[in-house]
Amino acid sequence: MRRIAFLAPLVLFLGLAGWFAAALFSGRDPRELPSALIDKPAPEFDLPSLAVGDLADGRLSSASLRGQVTVVNFFASWCAPCRVEHPVLLRMARQEKIRVIGIAYKDRPEDSRRFLAELGDPFLTTGIDRDGRTGIDFGLYGVPETYVIDKLGRIRKRIVGPVTPALLDRELLPLLRALERS
Amino acid sequence: MFIELGHFALALALCLALVQSIVPLAGAARRLSGWMAVGRSAALGQFAMVALSFAALTHAYVTSDFSVSNVVENSHSAKPMLYKISGVWGNHEGSMLLWVLILSLCGAAVASFGGNLPRELRARVLAVQGMVATGFLLFILATSNPFTRVIPAPADGHGLNPVLQDPGLAFHPPFLYLGYVGSSVAFAFAVAALIEGRVDAAWARWVRPWALVSWCALTVGIALGSWWAYYTLGWGGWWFWDPVENASLLPWLSGTALIHSAIVVERRDTMKSWTILLALLTFGLALVGTFLVRSGVLSSVHAFAVDPARGVFILGLLIIAIGGSFTLYAWRAPALQGGGLFAPISREGALVLNNLLLATATGTVLLGTLYPLFMDAFGLKISVGPPFYNRTFLPLMTPLLVAMAVGPLLAWKRGDLTAALQRLWVAFGFALLVVLVGLYLSGFHAVLAILGLGLAAWIAAGVLAEWGERIRLFRAPLRDSWRRAAGLPRAAYGMSLAHFGMAVLVAGVSASAFEQERIEALRPGDHIDIAGYTLTLREVRRVPGPNYVADEAVIEVKRGGTVIDEMHPQRRTFTVQRQTTALTAIRTGLSADLYLALGEGDAQVGWIVRAWHKPIVSWIWLGALVMALGGVVSLTDRRWRVGVAARKPAALPAAAE
Repeated sequence: MRRIAFLAPLVLFLGLAGWFAAALFSGRDPRELPSALIDKPAPEFDLPSLAVGDLADGRLSSASLRGQVTVVNFFASWCAPCRVEHPVLLRMARQEKIRVIGIAYKDRPEDSRRFLAELGDPFLTTGIDRDGRTGIDFGLYGVPETYVIDKLGRIRKRIVGPVTPALLDRELLPLLRALERS
Repeated sequence: MFIELGHFALALALCLALVQSIVPLAGAARRLSGWMAVGRSAALGQFAMVALSFAALTHAYVTSDFSVSNVVENSHSAKPMLYKISGVWGNHEGSMLLWVLILSLCGAAVASFGGNLPRELRARVLAVQGMVATGFLLFILATSNPFTRVIPAPADGHGLNPVLQDPGLAFHPPFLYLGYVGSSVAFAFAVAALIEGRVDAAWARWVRPWALVSWCALTVGIALGSWWAYYTLGWGGWWFWDPVENASLLPWLSGTALIHSAIVVERRDTMKSWTILLALLTFGLALVGTFLVRSGVLSSVHAFAVDPARGVFILGLLIIAIGGSFTLYAWRAPALQGGGLFAPISREGALVLNNLLLATATGTVLLGTLYPLFMDAFGLKISVGPPFYNRTFLPLMTPLLVAMAVGPLLAWKRGDLTAALQRLWVAFGFALLVVLVGLYLSGFHAVLAILGLGLAAWIAAGVLAEWGERIRLFRAPLRDSWRRAAGLPRAAYGMSLAHFGMAVLVAGVSASAFEQERIEALRPGDHIDIAGYTLTLREVRRVPGPNYVADEAVIEVKRGGTVIDEMHPQRRTFTVQRQTTALTAIRTGLSADLYLALGEGDAQVGWIVRAWHKPIVSWIWLGALVMALGGVVSLTDRRWRVGVAARKPAALPAAAE
């Protein structure tokens, strides 16, 4: 009986270590935040577009999200993780042929333009969210942040922080392919 | 060149640590004095090598050597020198190097000042320290090497995270790590004692100063961190129950229990296996904290860059260190013979109560910290915040604080509670007075906070009553009392100071219920009225800094119609990182702080100005410093002096009761 009491710390610790290992190997990202908007329609917005792209009259609005599976990426030229994330967005758009829309969050249009000219432009079109209003509607935590929007214009996934190559391959692409098939 | 030298020195340190963990241990088992002596030289050599390695990295930072990727990522040529140096430990790799530097410093200290230890014990302690060092050196070399080069070297670096460019934070990590790593010495002593199967009063006398050093450093480190959060984050808070803060609080709580229970081992030769467990636990919690902060398992505002490989490695270290020592504990601790018996009402009994409450509090904070992790496994996102800790931690602390005044007045073996309480009637009266006056002045609001103030008064008066009792104040002639006061051991003064510091801290914490807050958008000429002060925004001007530009508000402070001060809160935009930080303006005083933070805005809409009036908030950090000072005073006690224990074990001065 006395011996068992002395074993207790070890047993408790091993249980704890098991949890730690499980948490570590689950691949779950603690930074992943649930969005209150999951499975709800994406907020309405109507923003001036950075360049006259193929969407209507140099504007980007929430209407353009319907009908096709779209990835919306909030970025800014002043944000360092956005630079880290950028090659992944380029791959998503160019190799995986995903429809990616950019929203430049609290950024000067000339800075955003320079940013995209320097690193490459993965976006079909880019909205200018100068005062961050659209960001607030989406419940933005910070940039970069990425939303997956289905054909009916509903938010299906939210990624806070940069999209990593692993995240793209393991989670994002399977989800996007499934949404495209449905 | 220096960088490669540093890298090489680190690898050499690993080899020495390996030697240090094997040879002295084998020597102690076979009683070969030559083998045991290897521990000492290996520990000193390991320290020299790690110090060289640390110096090499510091040199790269000071000279802005951008061919080192660690320097590129965390420094910038336009940064002030202080932050170039503090940049060394402002990142994951460098901070691990500082960790190991302090670890090897502790090993070198045991090797140098441990001359009075029995040879076997010293050899085993050094061996255990060598094992811990081996683990961490391997960790650095395998996953977190700060000495990688980038070729070609970029023209300039990315700069240190602006939030970290602050004097408070420059010195916070060294203290915190000294606290964490210092607990490895007590851990090593505990493991060595388990191997030997012997714990006696002498062991406790050797281990307690080390535990005290680590406890003092941790106290200062936590206080600095909390003070930093208070004046830089601009939210006016000073403790957020954030996982990283909790990670430092956990070893502090169990370390506090340890320095108290070690007294019982030293004086009464009992509570041995419990004290050993606390020594193992304290270091274990320091390791768990490191794991949580650096593995990315928990998210936190303070967390270092997330890297799963590091997480796996630290988890491995954790399992070997804690799992191994707990296995040893389960195997050897039951054989430890308990010593003296004691009645529940006695000094020992009070210390047992202290330990029970502190251990429960440790468990509570650990549960609160890990609960989100457990829930995450079920796909539930929750965060455990202040309400949880207010309901669990505070009820545990209250009896601890009440008993704090009584415990020191109880005699060893069998105490007289009635007599102790009779000596405390003045303290009780004082506390009651504080509560009644407080209730009257506040109009019966914030009853809990006023009870907290009463508790602080109870402890403070209790400390003075106990001191008065010891020197027989007012009962013996004053000259006699003076002679007694001068003759009291330093350890007694240390305890009184530390307990008094706790009273000061409790008062500061309780008074936070009386703070006032105003948030308003001000245009030049507008004012805020708060707690009798009138704060008028005169202008907002642009001020250039070395590596930032700042908007600085000029705010005139009036009290009773006369201008008493001008305060300048800033919002700094760091040019390299495009990040803004708030530089708060604080008028600190013993009676209250006036705290201003400048938010966003412009001349048309106005600037968001947040103002707080916080009564005696500075007492929180003052109290923590007094507590740490108490620890230092206790360390200067004659009992711990080098050599005393070895030369005259029989003639140890027993502290006067």
